[in-house]
Amino acid sequence: MRLKINGKNRTVKCPLDKRLLDLLREDLRLTGTKEGCGEGECGACSVVLNGEAVNSCLILVGQLNDGDEILTVEGLEKTPLGKKIQKSFMKAGAVQCGFCTPGMLMAAYALLKKNKKPKKSEIEDGIAGNLCRCTGYKKIVEAIAMCTK
Amino acid sequence: MVRRIDAIEKVTGAAIYAEDIFLPDMIYAVPLFAPHPHAKIISIDTAKAKVVRGVVGIFTASDVPGELRTGGVVQDHYIFAKDVTRYSGDVVAMIAAETLEAAREARDKVDIKFEPLPALFSPVDAMKPGAPKIHPERENNICCHYPVRHGDTDAGFKKSDKIIEREYKTQHVEHAYLEPEGCVAIANADGSVTVRGGMQHPFTAQKFTARATGLPVNKVQIIQTTLGGGFGGKDDTISIICARAAIITLKTKRPVKIIYTREESVRESYKRHPFHVKFKAGVTKDGKLQALEANIVADAGAYCSTSPFVIWRPTVQCTGPYIYPNVKCDSYAVYTNNTFTGAMRGFGSPQINFAIESFIDELAAEINADPIEFRRKNFFTQGCTTHTGQKFDNHKVAIAEVVNAALEKFDWNEKFGKCSRGAPDANGNYYGIGMACSYRGVSLGHEGKDFCAAIIKITPDAKVELEVGVAENCQGLKTVMANICAKELGVEVEKIIYKDVDTLSVPDSCPTVASRGTLVGGNAVIDAVRQIKEKMAPVAKNIGAHSSFEDIVSACHSMNIELHALGTWQGPPVSWEETTGQGNAYFTYVYGCQVVELEVEGKSGKVRVKKMLGAHDMGKAINPEMAKGQIFGGMVMGMGFGLKEEIIHKEGVIQNLNFDKYRIVTSAEVPEMEALIVENRDPAGPWGAKALGEPVNELMGGAIANALYYATGVRFRETPIKAETIRTALSLRRSISD
Repeated sequence: MRLKINGKNRTVKCPLDKRLLDLLREDLRLTGTKEGCGEGECGACSVVLNGEAVNSCLILVGQLNDGDEILTVEGLEKTPLGKKIQKSFMKAGAVQCGFCTPGMLMAAYALLKKNKKPKKSEIEDGIAGNLCRCTGYKKIVEAIAMCTK
Repeated sequence: MVRRIDAIEKVTGAAIYAEDIFLPDMIYAVPLFAPHPHAKIISIDTAKAKVVRGVVGIFTASDVPGELRTGGVVQDHYIFAKDVTRYSGDVVAMIAAETLEAAREARDKVDIKFEPLPALFSPVDAMKPGAPKIHPERENNICCHYPVRHGDTDAGFKKSDKIIEREYKTQHVEHAYLEPEGCVAIANADGSVTVRGGMQHPFTAQKFTARATGLPVNKVQIIQTTLGGGFGGKDDTISIICARAAIITLKTKRPVKIIYTREESVRESYKRHPFHVKFKAGVTKDGKLQALEANIVADAGAYCSTSPFVIWRPTVQCTGPYIYPNVKCDSYAVYTNNTFTGAMRGFGSPQINFAIESFIDELAAEINADPIEFRRKNFFTQGCTTHTGQKFDNHKVAIAEVVNAALEKFDWNEKFGKCSRGAPDANGNYYGIGMACSYRGVSLGHEGKDFCAAIIKITPDAKVELEVGVAENCQGLKTVMANICAKELGVEVEKIIYKDVDTLSVPDSCPTVASRGTLVGGNAVIDAVRQIKEKMAPVAKNIGAHSSFEDIVSACHSMNIELHALGTWQGPPVSWEETTGQGNAYFTYVYGCQVVELEVEGKSGKVRVKKMLGAHDMGKAINPEMAKGQIFGGMVMGMGFGLKEEIIHKEGVIQNLNFDKYRIVTSAEVPEMEALIVENRDPAGPWGAKALGEPVNELMGGAIANALYYATGVRFRETPIKAETIRTALSLRRSISD
């Protein structure tokens, strides 16, 4: 199967019942994407698939199509918006333990791609599927809001 | 603003957590749990499991080369359950295989024959004389008991106009760090073992691993990987997992990776102690507290873990920041067959403060006093003597100051007048605000030796290598240490090369707990810098006043002056008399106040938290932005404790093993938040800094219970205060008044 991962064309060969998360982490060694719960509740494994933030622990390789575009935390730097979000997270103090951070960044990326100027409540809803135990979310929401300016 | 030095690797995905380590020839191991919380193991049949393709080995109690039992305080915790299981998270075996899938498949094929034993799931039952003993070698199921005897409570009650008794209960709480436990162990050619993993206290993992493998401590190297959250929870369990990984790698001579799933993590790891608190207090009609009797019973679960320390802290702090001239307190932790309990952010204080601060408001209501004025009348004052006989004259007693700051900023007086007090608005909804405040002992106090070391090495190219014996627990410790080091040395922070804790390098600096990291680590760093500066000073004088740091370093190296120092810090003396509970329990204290504003939907009982504010005296905020981040995160975790979170055991078996059923607060529920930094520099702290990580997590439960009272007129005495509970209470009241 041919996928476009972080802007690069990759041909992947693996069992169709493999989780996208494992394809990324084990086969491609893109370990920035994290596993927190394995059931789509915590959002730590969020990646952007064809423009949508998805839980990569819930997607099987067999559900993907040839030519699908996947963006992970490792690819963010190469996109202008991704770089901006990364900088905002650092500037706002939105990073503590960092385990939820890759997923948060990807959720923020998908949100801001679709809605350039989300309201505070839209940001809060946009990352409501991503759990964070350290920050109380405030600085994460502020970091995303900084990107709208 | 000082930025986190580890933020860049975390936003790029480059940070390496335990699960991100992949090594050639690596095998994977998974735990096989107890089939029943309390049972006699008759046999473990591994024949069918062993033949699963890819299985490398199945390891049980009989494979432990060293001591089977471990523990930081009491060694009663079985690394592998042997003969008997004591809770549902006991691990009977580890199955190692070439792949995770094979290990899991084999696990399902291990056949354990067992006979259930009578089990105890309530501390009250476990305390009864004649109850079956969970640890046969002990006299009974009481894990520990701390008394405090101060003054004469009978005399105090005689002086009182009103005597009030109340009971409060709290729940099992999961730490819910986003990263489940994980480590990778490697047997080295010289017979030693290296374990990399996500643990809060590498030195605990080192001791546990050495004990279980029978290796000398210096043959066990523990290296901390980036930690994905801890909150007190990555101590015993991960240290035991490290020990199991070490045993397997030593036997198989292959790198072993153990990464827990969320379900495995929640099943085995310890929780916050549920408390059952009984208070009896006497007060005069002019609002002066006269006597307090406190009885605290905590569920320790199957193993001791840090229970004695977790129970000792609320014993010391059982009065809250109020003067009671006469106090009698008895605190117990009791063994049961529930999941064992241990350290969690706050260390007994969120539980006791929920009780103390609810009770203070109830006392005020009983004598028709304003809850704030009532508090002010009884607050600790500068130079006062507490119920442990400690005179508070070596630090600023700032309780009134933090409360005033918090209430003023919150517009308390105006908002307090608007509380519904049981009378709903036209839509059937209620509005309320509430507050809670506390004092808290800093660092370990009498529970342990208090020491920290820091190593500084300056390389010829003028880079400063810094290693500190306390560990990054995600709170930003590395950033704070690097900043203290840079500023003391007079160099830019970019020059600091921070080395993560390696147990074979820096001396054991006691665990990174009790909100002690900044204070003890900062002092050790300052001591190391002082020694470096002493070495550099004469050289600097020789080569001229305007020479740069680089020039001085280069001159030192050419003159064979090694710029290397081991800085140390030793805690000031503390004391404790075990039979009376008297002594100088901690060498200094911090003060905090949190306030909450909320609405209750009458029909559903749903609570919408509108605003939270925290005011904390932390001595000195070395990094104010990170300090505020701690306050926000701590308040939100406290909100979860007050309103939502609860690990539910059914006959000792946890019913909510993942985030679909164990709900933590999400971004959509977080209210407006404000953080106030109060600074009264402490002589004991680096630049005057004290502590923050836990104080911020110990108040919101009580504040919420009080706000719910001023909203609905109903007093809730058990956490979490869920919507169902509120709805039931409100409908019950409606039906009574109808």
